[in-house]
Amino acid sequence: MDFGAGWVQYLFSGLTTGAIYALVAIGYNIIYNVTEVINFAQGEFVMLGGLMAVFFVGTLHFPIPAAFVCAVLTVSCVGLAMDRFVLSRARNKSVLSLIIITIAVSILLKGAAMFEWGKDPYTLPPFTQGEPITIFGAALQLQALWVLGIVALVVVLLSIFFHRSMYGKAMLACADNPRAARLSGIPVRQMVLLSFLLSAGIGAAAGAVITPISLMEYDRGALLGLKGFGAAALGGLGQFFGALAAGLFLGLAESFCAGYLSSGYKDAVALLLLLMVLFFKPEGLFGSREAAKLKRF
Amino acid sequence: MQKRDWLIFLAVAVFLAIFPFIAARISAISHYIDIMVFAGIFSIVSLGLCMLMGYAGQVSMAQAAFFGIGAYTSGILTSHFHWHPLPAIPIGCLLSAAVAWLVGVPALRLKGHYLAMATLGFGEIVHIVLNQEVEWTGGPSGLVDIPSLKILGVRISSEEAWYYIVWTAALCTLIFCFNVLRSRVGRALRAIHEEETAADAMGVPTARFKLQVFVLSAVLAAIAGSFYTHYVTFLNPGTFDLMWSIRFVLMVMLGGVQSLWGAVLGTVLLTFIGNEWLRVFADFDILVYGAILLLVALFLPDGLVSIFPKGRSASGNV
Repeated sequence: MDFGAGWVQYLFSGLTTGAIYALVAIGYNIIYNVTEVINFAQGEFVMLGGLMAVFFVGTLHFPIPAAFVCAVLTVSCVGLAMDRFVLSRARNKSVLSLIIITIAVSILLKGAAMFEWGKDPYTLPPFTQGEPITIFGAALQLQALWVLGIVALVVVLLSIFFHRSMYGKAMLACADNPRAARLSGIPVRQMVLLSFLLSAGIGAAAGAVITPISLMEYDRGALLGLKGFGAAALGGLGQFFGALAAGLFLGLAESFCAGYLSSGYKDAVALLLLLMVLFFKPEGLFGSREAAKLKRF
Repeated sequence: MQKRDWLIFLAVAVFLAIFPFIAARISAISHYIDIMVFAGIFSIVSLGLCMLMGYAGQVSMAQAAFFGIGAYTSGILTSHFHWHPLPAIPIGCLLSAAVAWLVGVPALRLKGHYLAMATLGFGEIVHIVLNQEVEWTGGPSGLVDIPSLKILGVRISSEEAWYYIVWTAALCTLIFCFNVLRSRVGRALRAIHEEETAADAMGVPTARFKLQVFVLSAVLAAIAGSFYTHYVTFLNPGTFDLMWSIRFVLMVMLGGVQSLWGAVLGTVLLTFIGNEWLRVFADFDILVYGAILLLVALFLPDGLVSIFPKGRSASGNV
């Protein structure tokens, strides 16, 4: 064991992956807040975002910023379609059916990605070229700064959206009480669509920005989704800043475990934390116990 | 079991008994016996899952993990320690039951989405352990040198022998499950499924019954896992991943989540779909699974048995 530069290095990589988990968790939260549905296909949006960006850069030779935007838009449409054509037909189904339906969608997305891209991992060129920055003897890739920057941007934009804009406030109202929201003239249907659009778009942004660092392949979605859910649960389902903090925490836990304990079991760390949270504190660290009692855990 | 169920049972048993003779005569379907062995093994898993999902109303996305615990316990005891296969089976069941109990006590307090996520997470952890403990499980390259099943000194190697053993076990499981559902436990389970709070208020120890069914489903999955190990004599973590847990759920959903016959029907159908009719698709079969799962959940929530005229037992009034 060495506690020198390695320590800083693990910190950097933990923050980077943690930021991605935070974005996945925020995606869960947006949909959960409006519909009380946990979308098991959330991880697949990340995978699709990455592979779509690869498609736009590699096949269509778009410049990176354009490819990023296009990937986010395409996957947003996938999220929209998922709600419009699948989940809207299942509004009154049991929780079990909803779970099965979102899992089915996630399998279909995964299968479609395998059909299109095969089983190989793909990479993207980093968003800005350049040497990694050296801090305390540890290398910080420029792409990692992009990841952190985009997460910060998403969090700031979302909080402005939810607290300042009419649409955002309407979405929060749906979360609070859909019937009351409908009675006061809020088009709940559109809010649900908007939540899927936003959530898929945020997932895609995470996928596109992480691909230059960790590559992307068709079967990444499930694990990313599970870990992202771990972050969402740890932060308290529905809590945006909780999701951010918990995502970063999970990323750090995973990275330090990989560094000092066992790299083979690094994926198990986040999952173990997920189980611990669900078993012992299902309302999460930042959620309120009172609210949790009312929800359908 | 009602009279109607006994009649179906008799018909199914007779059909299963003569099936190998028919299949052996027709070369085009002679390999169906092999597929039916797998269908029988998976039926034992899906019967347990049907009890849990259809009757206790609890979802588990970790059946492949319990299946794997049984399979690897048998595999490791017989290959590393040269145990006789038969005593290894109850050890696998015990281990699986212990793990299910440990996970079930906290997990079954959760409902719906959270329970699904918790079981998913647990299943994924088991899958990671199977991949990582290379010394014991052989890791991603698999566990080899597993002997075939031996009963009274006779090595079971022919497909026909396996077929009869596996389906006898599956039918015994079926009768056992029917009897459980007929008992006080079964009535309590249905009460839990209908409305857990009400059942609680009526004095049904809901937590205990849910846990018992969860452990039962894990034990059945472990027995099936042991059969699988000795039939295939090769284990690979890929058979015990998330996708397989989903497949087990699909088997139960396809046939009809509230019907034991449905679970068997769905299992046989899905095993044929996977092992025979979808061979041409190779890896792309997951698209077909996804489509079936989606269509069943959207349009056929009570599964294929809901197409048949409803007997009193089919709807759950055993």
